[in-house]
Parts: sequence; structure tokens; C-alpha cells
Amino acid sequence: MTSNSDETFPPRVLVTKIGLDGHDRGSRIVAAFLRDAGMEVIYTSPWQEIDRVVRLALEEDVDVIGVSSLATDHLLVPKLMVALEDAGLGHVKVVVGGIVPDDDEADLVDAGVSKVFHPGSARDDIVGEVAALAAKARREREQENAS
Amino acid sequence: MKNEAVQLPLPGFDTARAEWRSDYNEQLGDPPNPRNRSGIEVKPLYTLADWDPANYMDDLGFPGQLPMTRGIYATMHRGRSWSQRQLIGLGTPEDYNERLKNLIAHGSNAGSLIPCNSVYRGYDGDEVDPLLLGTCGAVVNTVEDMGICYRDIPIGDFSTALNDPSPFTLLALLLCVAKRRGIPWNKITGTSNQSDYISHFVCNHMFFRLALPGARRVLLDHIVFAQKHVPGWNPLSVVGQHMQQGGATPGEAMGLTLSTAIQYANDCVARGLDPDQFLPRFTFFFDISISFFEEIAKFRAGRRVWQRLVRERFGAQNPKAWRFKFHAQTSGVDLTREQPLNNISRVTVQAMAGIFGGLQSLHTDAYDEVLSVPTEKAARIAVATQEILKEEAHLTNVIDPLGGSYYVETLTNEMEAKILEVIERIDQAGGMFAAVETGLVQSMVGDSALAFQERVESGEETIVGVNKNLVADDDQMAREPLKPPSGEVIEAQLMRLKRFKAERNQEAVTRALDDLARAGESVDENVFGKIVEAADANATHGEICHRLREVYGFGEPLIVP
Repeated sequence: MTSNSDETFPPRVLVTKIGLDGHDRGSRIVAAFLRDAGMEVIYTSPWQEIDRVVRLALEEDVDVIGVSSLATDHLLVPKLMVALEDAGLGHVKVVVGGIVPDDDEADLVDAGVSKVFHPGSARDDIVGEVAALAAKARREREQENAS
Repeated sequence: MKNEAVQLPLPGFDTARAEWRSDYNEQLGDPPNPRNRSGIEVKPLYTLADWDPANYMDDLGFPGQLPMTRGIYATMHRGRSWSQRQLIGLGTPEDYNERLKNLIAHGSNAGSLIPCNSVYRGYDGDEVDPLLLGTCGAVVNTVEDMGICYRDIPIGDFSTALNDPSPFTLLALLLCVAKRRGIPWNKITGTSNQSDYISHFVCNHMFFRLALPGARRVLLDHIVFAQKHVPGWNPLSVVGQHMQQGGATPGEAMGLTLSTAIQYANDCVARGLDPDQFLPRFTFFFDISISFFEEIAKFRAGRRVWQRLVRERFGAQNPKAWRFKFHAQTSGVDLTREQPLNNISRVTVQAMAGIFGGLQSLHTDAYDEVLSVPTEKAARIAVATQEILKEEAHLTNVIDPLGGSYYVETLTNEMEAKILEVIERIDQAGGMFAAVETGLVQSMVGDSALAFQERVESGEETIVGVNKNLVADDDQMAREPLKPPSGEVIEAQLMRLKRFKAERNQEAVTRALDDLARAGESVDENVFGKIVEAADANATHGEICHRLREVYGFGEPLIVP
């Protein structure tokens, strides 16, 4: 059983960009959507190092990390997944939004990414999915802590 | 600009109009009018009650004449259509060279170099994760790389747009290649396509390499250098495209871009440059969204506002300084991942708006840009689209063919009012440099991006295949993403960089970079001149950027919540 207090906390989401690209219209809009839906959003400027994302996720105690990618930076996400696991943050759910070719999507899912949002994704779908993933992340962490 | 209703001597006009309106309301029930992306209400019908042809000389004039609304040249597309300037760049310099030759064979008459994102960030290939190398543009770090990019291309007879933000290392490398081939710099033509550091700071941060004051200094030095040594080069392209792609409405994007140009012109004047000399080399780069008439009106109004600004604020006497020269790119924001072949239709409409808007240079997006970096097949269709519009549809036969349309003229006036509103707001804030330092512009653009997304979410803005006409996606054949360069190819590129560094005269490199740093700290030396010297001493792109960052600081965007 998860504690009630955990369920009532708003989801905490880190919205970030890793790699070399700086286009941030998408990440800013999604961050605003999540914030408007009542979530606590930690937003970073582009070009974050993977180590810093992991550190932020730990310090800010996030449930979900949203990585925005326009120009192939999604290729680095599998490395982020490994780094999260190594840091004991295996329960944190990672979603990717942006331009991701179909073949690469399969690779990302294999690497543990929970969901890839493509251009044209509806706000309500993104908000709903992230909320569900956040709840799942909390349940998993509770279970880990309990065991 | 007068658009108040006029005395109508036309017999029967009022009666007929009332009758039409009554029929219209009877059938549609007087629904509210839609608004375009810039927030202008769009009526169902325009007549001479909206725009009076008696204002022809004030509002329009003739092509190449003030107020420039109908075009900046007397002959416009009859004389010279436009440069087909496709953005290309992927993989290694060899890949780029091959693709450039291919595009030339398929009708392109000007080229554009997109470097790899590592280059945009100011790094050499050996400083970043190799996984990302060459996935979005060509890896160009050295004079040797640049030479390979333009192998067998007569760079003196070919116009080149370099996507090359401050500190303009790619131009420096290109000039060194020209020098080594014995091509005089006065034969080099083209544009520094990404010289607008302000739009990078606000929107497209990927091009932002140096902190604001350093970027400002190097831009001015580069303008001075080009004026003196590379007279056929356009050192400045003010990029409205970033503002609009970042979320600004078409009206805002034009206003913010003109305010940015005013800032640069003021900086040039403060440097002691003559507006009649530097303004003719100012160029602009805009986005063309699918909001067809709005885009046409945006360009026509922009031309009219610019000629007035340069004459009133800078006293420009030279008619060449009044010309609002622009390159335009069809907007990727309007393209969809769903049913990607539909994007060919979207790009066609966008391109038509740009052509009717009187552009000088055009990039048509490939239909698969939403899926991946464009494939060669898709890039070829994009070029063919331009050919079809020109050669088959004959869109270039008549200059400003929509001029005089009651709707287009009214809308042009209304867009002009929107543009002037934005310029006024930026003036009040102390000019563009101040307005981006405080985050005012970032807030404006961010708010508009969100407002547009709300329109899409609410269905007010229809996007076929996304919120309307959802059908099973049968465009699988259109989904063949371009493969990134193989590991071996990248390995070879990195080996070449290593060898290049090992074989050069290290002492000369160190001396040139020290010189560069000294020039950066001084107030009277030309920093760009020192960048060219460093490149000629075989310093790499990354080394030059790092050295300047030590002096000026690394460019970081201002994040406005």
C-alpha cells in the first residue's frame, strides 16, 4: 500500500534538454501545460549534461523526467537511462518529446523510456500520461523502500 | 496609410452591399469573424470601402520605388526570380560536398551550409559525444574540412549562405580556402546567415555562442571587416524566422525583427559607419507560415515600414539602403508527423505566400522534416516544388500580383499597424538590446507560443491529420529516416582532425590565438580580422570559440518563466 500523503502530493516533473540543440519552444510549452495542470515543474535551460540531470532528479526528488529533443539529441537518452539506474533512480519515469524517427523510438523504449510524444501530441494526453507515470513512479519507490 | 471608409460615388454600391450582407447573414446567421495568427479580425468580404484605390500612390507606388510595398526592384521576379537556397548539411565534409553537387545538378543556384550542432555550440568534433556528430549538419572544424566541403565548387561564382553565428568561424575558414586557391575575396558572395545574435539569445539558443556583449562586439567587427575586405558579402542577416518559430505571431515577428535591425543599425552608426554604406548589406530571413494572406501582408508591410525607418531614423539617402532584401523559409512548425506527404501541399502554399510576398531567396522544407533530418528524396521534391511554381504555374510573370486586392491592401495596412505597435513597445523599453536583457521579448514570444498552442488544443486552429480528418496513416513509404553517418565515418573524421592538429605549426597557432585574445580585450582592434588570421594559421573552430569565450564569457539564454 502506498501512503495517502504520497498520492496527494502533486507530481514533480523535470523538463530538460540534453545534448547540443537549443530549440526550446516545445519544452517550454509542455512545462507550462504540466504546471497549469497542477504539477510541480523543474525546468532547465538546454544543453544539460547527463550527470547534472541525474543530480537534479535526485535533489529535486522528481517522479518523471521529460526530455525534449528536436535534433537527434534523443540518441543520448539511453545513456541517461543507465545513469539513472546507476544512481538508484530506477523508479523515475522518463518520457521523450520531439522529433524521434520510428526506428529510434523502439530503441528508446528498449532502453526503458516510458513514452515518446511526437509532434501533434495533445495536451491532455501528455498531462494524463505524465500524471499516471508519476503515480506509478511513487508506487514503485514505495515498494522499493518497503522491501 | 489611410484606410478609413471613403465617400463612395459608385451608384448602387450601398444598396448592393446591404443586400449581400443580408443574404450572407440569412444563410450563416452572422457568425463571429475569425482572427488570423496576429490577432487581426478577418471579414468575409473586402471592398473599396476598406481600401480606397485613391490611396494607390501613398500606399503602393511602383516596384523599386517608395514606399516599396510592391517590391524592392523594378523588375522583381521577372528580372531575376529568386535564389533556390536549400539548407543542407549532414555527416562529413565529403557528404556535404556530394550533396551540394547533387543539388546544383537538380537546379539549385546557391548553396547553404548547415554545420553539425557541435559546431553551433562552438566545439570541435573531438569534444562532444561522437553519437551526435554529423547527425544534424556537417562537421566542419578546420580549413581542410572547409576545403573538402567546397571541392570542385567554384566558390567565387557561387553564392554561399553560411549558417554561421558569431564569431563567424565558418566565414573565416571559407576566406582561408579562397585565399589558398588564389580566389580574391572581392569575388566571394553570400551571407552570414545566422549573424543575428539577438534572435539567438531570445529564441534559437543553439546558435548562441558568446555572451551578449561579446556577440555584439564581434558582429560589429565582422560587419566592418566585410565592408572593407569582402564587399560582396552580406555580413548581417536579421532573423525573424527564429522569432516566429519560437512562437511570435507573424506581426510580432516582423516588428521584433525590424526592432533588432534598428538596434544593429544604431550600433553601426555608433561605430562611425555610414548608413548609406552598411544598410545596403543588411538582409533579413523570415519564416513563412501557412497563414497565406497574413504572410503576404506581413512581407509587404515589412518592406514599407523598413524603407520609412531607414529614411526617418538613419537619414538613408542611397536607394539601395531602402531595399528590404529577404530570404524566407517555409515553416517547419506547420508540418505534421501524421500523414507526412500532406506536408508537400503545406510547403507549396507557404512557398506561394513567400513568392507573392516578394522574396529574394527561398528555402522550401522537405516533407519529412518532422520525422528526421531530411532525406535526399524529400529535399529533391522541395526543390522541384519551387521549379513547378515558377516554370509550370508561372507565378513570376506578374509583379506583386495581389497588389490592389481590397483584402490584401487592407490586411497589409492592418499588419503594418501591428508591426508599428511592436516597434513602439520595444522603443519604449529602450531598444532591442535592453528589451532582451530584461526578458521582455522572451515573455512576448513565450506568451504567443502558448496562445497558439491553446488554439490548436481547442480546435480553433485546424491541423489536418492532427485534430481533423484523422485517418489511418498510410504514408509508411514516406517514413524512411535518413541514416546518421556510420561510426567508421565519424571515426575517420576524428582521425583527420587529430592529424590536422598534429601536422600544423603549433607555434603559429598559439601565437594567432594569443593575438586573438589580445584583440578581444582591446577596444580598437578588429576581432574578426584576428579570427581570419587564426583560421589561416590552422587554428580550429573550437579553439577560436574557446579563446573568445575566455574573454567574453559563454552564451547562456535568459530563461523567462
